[in-house]
Amino acid sequence: MKLKNIINELNIEVLSGQDQLDGDVKGAYTSDLLSDVIANSKADDLWITMQKHQNIIAVAKLKDLTGIILVNDREPDQETIKKAKDESFPLLATKLSAFEISGKLYTLLKRK
Amino acid sequence: MLRELKTDFHIHTCLSPCAELEMSPLAIIQQAKIKELDIIAICDHNSAENIPALKQAADDYDICLLPGMEVTSIEEVHILALFDAIESALQLQEIVYANLSGKNDEDAFGMQVIVNVHGEVLGFNEKLLIGASNLTVDETVRTIHSLNGLAIAAHIDRDSFSLISQLGFVPEELELDALEISPLISYNSALKKYNPRLPLTNSSDAHNLKDIGKTYTTLYIEKGTVSEIKKAFLQKEGRKIIH
Repeated sequence: MKLKNIINELNIEVLSGQDQLDGDVKGAYTSDLLSDVIANSKADDLWITMQKHQNIIAVAKLKDLTGIILVNDREPDQETIKKAKDESFPLLATKLSAFEISGKLYTLLKRK
Repeated sequence: MLRELKTDFHIHTCLSPCAELEMSPLAIIQQAKIKELDIIAICDHNSAENIPALKQAADDYDICLLPGMEVTSIEEVHILALFDAIESALQLQEIVYANLSGKNDEDAFGMQVIVNVHGEVLGFNEKLLIGASNLTVDETVRTIHSLNGLAIAAHIDRDSFSLISQLGFVPEELELDALEISPLISYNSALKKYNPRLPLTNSSDAHNLKDIGKTYTTLYIEKGTVSEIKKAFLQKEGRKIIH
Protein backbone atom coordinates (compact mmCIF):
# COMPACT_ATOMS: atom_id res chain seq x y z
CA MET A 1 0.00 0.00 0.00
CA LYS A 2 1.31 3.44 -0.90
CA LEU A 3 2.51 5.57 1.99
CA LYS A 4 0.37 8.53 0.89
CA ASN A 5 -2.77 6.38 1.02
CA ILE A 6 -1.92 5.27 4.55
CA ILE A 7 -1.37 8.90 5.53
CA ASN A 8 -4.82 9.81 4.17
CA GLU A 9 -6.62 6.84 5.70
CA LEU A 10 -5.14 7.25 9.17
CA ASN A 11 -5.04 11.04 9.30
CA ILE A 12 -1.29 11.20 9.85
CA GLU A 13 0.62 14.48 9.90
CA VAL A 14 3.56 14.87 7.49
CA LEU A 15 6.53 16.74 8.99
CA SER A 16 9.03 16.21 6.18
CA GLY A 17 9.67 14.36 2.91
CA GLN A 18 6.40 15.53 1.27
CA ASP A 19 7.80 14.49 -2.14
CA GLN A 20 8.69 10.97 -0.95
CA LEU A 21 5.24 9.61 -0.15
CA ASP A 22 4.89 7.27 -3.13
CA GLY A 23 6.83 4.46 -1.45
CA ASP A 24 5.14 1.08 -1.23
CA VAL A 25 4.72 0.06 2.43
CA LYS A 26 5.10 -3.72 2.79
CA GLY A 27 4.74 -3.91 6.58
CA ALA A 28 5.51 -2.08 9.78
CA TYR A 29 7.71 -2.36 12.85
CA THR A 30 6.96 -0.88 16.27
CA SER A 31 9.91 -0.34 18.61
CA ASP A 32 11.69 2.37 20.58
CA LEU A 33 15.08 0.66 20.72
CA LEU A 34 17.11 1.60 17.67
CA SER A 35 19.38 -1.40 18.10
CA ASP A 36 16.26 -3.59 17.84
CA VAL A 37 15.06 -1.76 14.72
CA ILE A 38 18.46 -2.24 13.10
CA ALA A 39 18.31 -5.95 13.92
CA ASN A 40 14.68 -6.73 13.12
CA SER A 41 12.93 -4.28 10.82
CA LYS A 42 12.63 -5.11 7.14
CA ALA A 43 13.08 -2.99 4.03
CA ASP A 44 9.92 -1.04 3.06
CA ASP A 45 8.56 -1.22 6.61
CA LEU A 46 6.95 1.83 8.16
CA TRP A 47 8.47 2.42 11.62
CA ILE A 48 6.31 3.35 14.59
CA THR A 49 8.16 4.84 17.57
CA MET A 50 8.27 7.49 20.25
CA GLN A 51 12.05 7.86 20.00
CA LYS A 52 12.73 11.32 18.57
CA HIS A 53 16.52 11.60 18.58
CA GLN A 54 18.06 12.38 15.18
CA ASN A 55 19.60 8.90 14.98
CA ILE A 56 16.15 7.61 13.95
CA ILE A 57 16.60 9.17 10.49
CA ALA A 58 19.97 7.45 9.96
CA VAL A 59 18.58 4.10 11.11
CA ALA A 60 15.51 4.41 8.85
CA LYS A 61 17.71 5.21 5.84
CA LEU A 62 20.10 2.39 6.70
CA LYS A 63 17.25 -0.12 6.78
CA ASP A 64 15.43 1.31 3.72
CA LEU A 65 12.27 2.02 5.71
CA THR A 66 9.49 3.94 4.00
CA GLY A 67 8.88 6.40 6.84
CA ILE A 68 8.75 7.01 10.58
CA ILE A 69 5.56 7.68 12.53
CA LEU A 70 6.15 9.47 15.85
CA VAL A 71 3.36 8.58 18.27
CA ASN A 72 1.64 10.33 21.19
CA ASP A 73 2.04 13.73 19.53
CA ARG A 74 5.75 13.67 20.38
CA GLU A 75 7.54 16.73 19.14
CA PRO A 76 10.79 15.67 17.44
CA ASP A 77 14.12 17.29 18.35
CA GLN A 78 15.00 20.25 16.11
CA GLU A 79 18.00 18.37 14.70
CA THR A 80 15.76 15.43 13.84
CA ILE A 81 13.38 17.54 11.73
CA LYS A 82 16.32 19.26 10.07
CA LYS A 83 17.96 15.95 9.23
CA ALA A 84 14.69 14.51 7.91
CA LYS A 85 14.21 17.58 5.70
CA ASP A 86 17.83 17.53 4.50
CA GLU A 87 17.46 13.87 3.57
CA SER A 88 13.96 14.39 2.23
CA PHE A 89 12.76 11.51 4.39
CA PRO A 90 9.10 11.08 5.46
CA LEU A 91 8.89 11.93 9.16
CA LEU A 92 5.27 11.59 10.24
CA ALA A 93 3.32 12.21 13.43
CA THR A 94 0.12 11.03 15.06
CA LYS A 95 -1.73 11.84 18.28
CA LEU A 96 -2.45 8.13 18.71
CA SER A 97 -0.40 5.81 20.95
CA ALA A 98 1.92 3.18 19.48
CA PHE A 99 -0.69 0.52 20.32
CA GLU A 100 -3.53 2.32 18.54
CA ILE A 101 -1.65 3.31 15.40
CA SER A 102 -0.07 -0.15 15.14
CA GLY A 103 -3.52 -1.74 15.37
CA LYS A 104 -5.01 0.54 12.75
CA LEU A 105 -2.09 0.08 10.40
CA TYR A 106 -2.16 -3.69 10.83
CA THR A 107 -5.84 -3.78 9.91
CA LEU A 108 -5.27 -1.51 6.94
CA LEU A 109 -2.35 -3.52 5.56
CA LYS A 110 -4.20 -6.84 6.00
CA ARG A 111 -7.35 -5.52 4.30
CA LYS A 112 -5.87 -4.75 0.92
CA MET B 1 54.86 12.84 38.69
CA LEU B 2 53.06 10.63 36.22
CA ARG B 3 52.14 7.20 37.56
CA GLU B 4 49.75 4.32 36.98
CA LEU B 5 46.52 4.82 38.89
CA LYS B 6 43.76 2.25 39.09
CA THR B 7 40.26 3.70 38.61
CA ASP B 8 36.65 2.54 38.89
CA PHE B 9 34.42 5.37 37.72
CA HIS B 10 31.03 3.71 38.18
CA ILE B 11 30.00 2.73 41.70
CA HIS B 12 26.50 3.03 43.18
CA THR B 13 25.58 3.60 46.83
CA CYS B 14 22.52 2.60 48.85
CA LEU B 15 20.85 5.72 47.42
CA SER B 16 20.30 3.94 44.11
CA PRO B 17 17.11 1.89 44.45
CA CYS B 18 18.67 -1.05 42.61
CA ALA B 19 21.84 -1.13 44.76
CA GLU B 20 22.29 -3.28 47.87
CA LEU B 21 21.85 -1.63 51.26
CA GLU B 22 25.38 -2.78 52.12
CA MET B 23 26.65 0.01 49.83
CA SER B 24 27.35 2.43 52.68
CA PRO B 25 30.22 4.93 52.65
CA LEU B 26 32.83 3.17 54.79
CA ALA B 27 32.04 -0.26 53.35
CA ILE B 28 32.48 1.05 49.79
CA ILE B 29 35.73 2.83 50.58
CA GLN B 30 37.17 -0.15 52.50
CA GLN B 31 36.29 -2.42 49.59
CA ALA B 32 37.93 0.01 47.15
CA LYS B 33 41.03 -0.11 49.33
CA ILE B 34 41.02 -3.93 49.31
CA LYS B 35 40.72 -3.87 45.51
CA GLU B 36 43.67 -1.43 45.42
CA LEU B 37 41.75 1.27 43.59
CA ASP B 38 43.37 4.71 43.65
CA ILE B 39 40.48 6.70 42.19
CA ILE B 40 36.77 5.97 42.34
CA ALA B 41 33.71 7.85 41.18
CA ILE B 42 30.32 7.54 42.86
CA CYS B 43 27.52 7.60 40.29
CA ASP B 44 24.04 7.08 41.70
CA HIS B 45 21.00 7.26 39.46
CA ASN B 46 19.95 10.90 38.94
CA SER B 47 21.15 11.98 42.38
CA ALA B 48 24.27 13.02 44.29
CA GLU B 49 22.86 13.08 47.80
CA ASN B 50 25.28 10.51 49.23
CA ILE B 51 28.38 12.16 47.77
CA PRO B 52 29.21 14.30 50.86
CA ALA B 53 29.28 11.22 53.11
CA LEU B 54 31.32 9.21 50.60
CA LYS B 55 33.77 12.06 50.15
CA GLN B 56 34.35 12.21 53.89
CA ALA B 57 34.96 8.45 54.05
CA ALA B 58 37.32 8.57 51.05
CA ASP B 59 39.36 11.37 52.62
CA ASP B 60 39.76 9.32 55.81
CA TYR B 61 41.15 6.39 53.80
CA ASP B 62 43.24 8.43 51.39
CA ILE B 63 41.30 7.36 48.31
CA CYS B 64 40.63 9.90 45.59
CA LEU B 65 36.87 10.21 45.09
CA LEU B 66 35.26 12.01 42.18
CA PRO B 67 31.70 13.22 42.75
CA GLY B 68 29.55 11.87 39.95
CA MET B 69 26.10 10.91 38.77
CA GLU B 70 24.50 8.47 36.34
CA VAL B 71 21.94 10.61 34.52
CA THR B 72 19.06 8.98 32.63
CA SER B 73 18.21 10.95 29.50
CA ILE B 74 14.78 11.18 27.90
CA GLU B 75 15.90 8.49 25.41
CA GLU B 76 16.60 6.28 28.47
CA VAL B 77 20.33 6.45 27.86
CA HIS B 78 22.60 6.37 30.92
CA ILE B 79 25.32 9.03 30.90
CA LEU B 80 27.98 9.27 33.62
CA ALA B 81 29.05 12.68 34.88
CA LEU B 82 32.37 13.02 36.74
CA PHE B 83 33.42 16.20 38.56
CA ASP B 84 36.17 17.61 40.73
CA ALA B 85 33.86 19.46 43.11
CA ILE B 86 30.86 18.27 45.10
CA GLU B 87 29.21 21.61 44.29
CA SER B 88 29.21 20.76 40.56
CA ALA B 89 27.53 17.41 41.22
CA LEU B 90 24.95 19.17 43.36
CA GLN B 91 24.34 21.75 40.63
CA LEU B 92 23.77 18.93 38.15
CA GLN B 93 21.44 17.32 40.66
CA GLU B 94 19.38 20.49 40.84
CA ILE B 95 18.97 20.52 37.04
CA VAL B 96 18.17 16.80 36.88
CA TYR B 97 15.64 17.04 39.74
CA ALA B 98 13.87 19.89 37.91
CA ASN B 99 13.53 17.51 34.96
CA LEU B 100 12.58 14.37 36.85
CA SER B 101 9.01 13.47 37.75
CA GLY B 102 7.42 10.65 39.70
CA LYS B 103 7.65 9.22 43.19
CA ASN B 104 9.63 6.12 44.18
CA ASP B 105 7.79 2.93 45.09
CA GLU B 106 10.09 1.10 47.50
CA ASP B 107 8.35 -2.23 47.02
CA ALA B 108 8.75 -2.06 43.25
CA PHE B 109 12.18 -0.46 42.87
CA GLY B 110 13.93 -0.55 46.25
CA MET B 111 14.89 1.87 49.00
CA GLN B 112 16.73 5.11 48.31
CA VAL B 113 18.69 5.68 51.50
CA ILE B 114 20.54 8.89 52.29
CA VAL B 115 23.29 8.24 54.85
CA ASN B 116 26.08 9.95 56.75
CA VAL B 117 29.70 8.80 56.75
CA HIS B 118 28.95 6.20 59.43
CA GLY B 119 26.15 4.68 57.39
CA GLU B 120 23.47 6.10 59.69
CA VAL B 121 20.22 6.82 57.90
CA LEU B 122 19.56 10.52 57.40
CA GLY B 123 16.45 10.01 55.31
CA PHE B 124 14.93 8.51 52.21
CA ASN B 125 14.89 10.14 48.81
CA GLU B 126 11.31 10.09 47.52
CA LYS B 127 11.94 10.91 43.88
CA LEU B 128 11.63 8.29 41.18
CA LEU B 129 15.40 8.06 40.72
CA ILE B 130 15.06 5.00 38.48
CA GLY B 131 13.01 7.10 36.02
CA ALA B 132 14.11 9.06 32.97
CA SER B 133 14.70 12.80 33.07
CA ASN B 134 13.38 15.17 30.43
CA LEU B 135 16.92 16.02 29.30
CA THR B 136 17.98 14.75 25.88
CA VAL B 137 21.40 13.08 25.61
CA ASP B 138 22.71 16.23 23.94
CA GLU B 139 21.36 18.44 26.74
CA THR B 140 22.78 16.07 29.35
CA VAL B 141 26.27 16.13 27.84
CA ARG B 142 26.18 19.90 27.35
CA THR B 143 25.02 20.44 30.94
CA ILE B 144 27.81 18.22 32.33
CA HIS B 145 30.41 20.11 30.29
CA SER B 146 29.02 23.49 31.35
CA LEU B 147 29.71 22.37 34.94
CA ASN B 148 33.30 21.40 33.98
CA GLY B 149 32.63 17.70 34.19
CA LEU B 150 33.41 14.68 32.04
CA ALA B 151 30.57 12.95 30.18
CA ILE B 152 30.90 9.22 29.58
CA ALA B 153 28.27 7.01 27.95
CA ALA B 154 27.66 4.20 30.45
CA HIS B 155 27.90 0.45 29.66
CA ILE B 156 27.52 0.84 25.90
CA ASP B 157 27.58 -2.95 25.47
CA ARG B 158 24.46 -3.54 27.57
CA ASP B 159 21.16 -4.21 25.84
CA SER B 160 19.22 -1.76 27.96
CA PHE B 161 19.75 1.87 28.99
CA SER B 162 22.86 2.19 26.84
CA LEU B 163 23.58 4.71 24.12
CA ILE B 164 23.80 1.94 21.55
CA SER B 165 20.74 -0.05 22.68
CA GLN B 166 18.58 3.09 22.68
CA LEU B 167 20.01 5.03 19.75
CA GLY B 168 21.55 2.30 17.59
CA PHE B 169 25.00 3.85 17.36
CA VAL B 170 27.06 6.64 18.92
CA PRO B 171 25.70 9.91 17.47
CA GLU B 172 28.52 11.75 15.71
CA GLU B 173 27.52 15.16 17.04
CA LEU B 174 27.50 14.07 20.67
CA GLU B 175 30.59 15.49 22.38
CA LEU B 176 31.23 12.68 24.83
CA ASP B 177 34.61 12.29 26.53
CA ALA B 178 34.62 8.48 26.58
CA LEU B 179 32.55 5.32 26.27
CA GLU B 180 32.29 2.91 29.18
CA ILE B 181 32.11 -0.84 28.75
CA SER B 182 30.69 -3.14 31.41
CA PRO B 183 32.35 -6.22 32.91
CA LEU B 184 30.26 -8.28 30.44
CA ILE B 185 32.63 -7.57 27.54
CA SER B 186 36.41 -7.52 27.26
CA TYR B 187 38.32 -4.50 26.03
CA ASN B 188 39.52 -6.30 22.90
CA SER B 189 36.07 -7.61 22.00
CA ALA B 190 34.65 -4.11 22.47
CA LEU B 191 37.33 -2.61 20.21
CA LYS B 192 36.49 -5.12 17.52
CA LYS B 193 32.72 -4.78 17.93
CA TYR B 194 32.43 -0.97 18.12
CA ASN B 195 35.58 0.34 16.42
CA PRO B 196 35.09 3.45 18.58
CA ARG B 197 36.38 6.93 17.74
CA LEU B 198 36.26 7.70 21.48
CA PRO B 199 38.38 6.17 24.26
CA LEU B 200 36.95 3.15 26.08
CA THR B 201 36.90 2.90 29.87
CA ASN B 202 36.22 -0.21 31.93
CA SER B 203 34.24 0.26 35.11
CA SER B 204 32.37 -2.09 37.40
CA ASP B 205 28.91 -0.45 37.67
CA ALA B 206 28.97 -2.06 41.12
CA HIS B 207 25.61 -2.33 42.89
CA ASN B 208 27.10 -4.52 45.65
CA LEU B 209 30.39 -4.59 47.52
CA LYS B 210 31.93 -7.61 45.86
CA ASP B 211 31.59 -6.08 42.38
CA ILE B 212 33.61 -2.95 43.21
CA GLY B 213 36.71 -2.96 41.01
CA LYS B 214 35.52 -6.08 39.14
CA THR B 215 36.74 -4.29 36.05
CA TYR B 216 38.81 -1.11 36.19
CA THR B 217 40.81 1.28 34.04
CA THR B 218 44.46 2.06 34.63
CA LEU B 219 45.35 5.65 33.81
CA TYR B 220 48.86 7.04 33.48
CA ILE B 221 48.32 10.45 35.08
CA GLU B 222 49.51 12.66 37.92
CA LYS B 223 46.38 12.62 40.04
CA GLY B 224 42.64 12.07 39.96
CA THR B 225 41.30 15.30 38.55
CA VAL B 226 38.97 15.95 35.65
CA SER B 227 41.72 17.75 33.73
CA GLU B 228 44.25 14.90 34.19
CA ILE B 229 41.69 12.26 33.19
CA LYS B 230 40.70 14.29 30.15
CA LYS B 231 44.33 14.51 29.10
CA ALA B 232 44.63 10.73 29.42
CA PHE B 233 41.51 10.30 27.23
CA LEU B 234 43.07 12.61 24.63
CA GLN B 235 46.57 11.12 25.08
CA LYS B 236 48.03 14.54 25.80
CA GLU B 237 51.24 15.49 27.61
CA GLY B 238 52.26 11.90 28.20
CA ARG B 239 48.97 10.99 29.88
CA LYS B 240 47.23 7.87 28.60
CA ILE B 241 44.94 4.94 29.27
CA ILE B 242 46.86 1.71 29.83
CA HIS B 243 45.02 -1.32 28.46
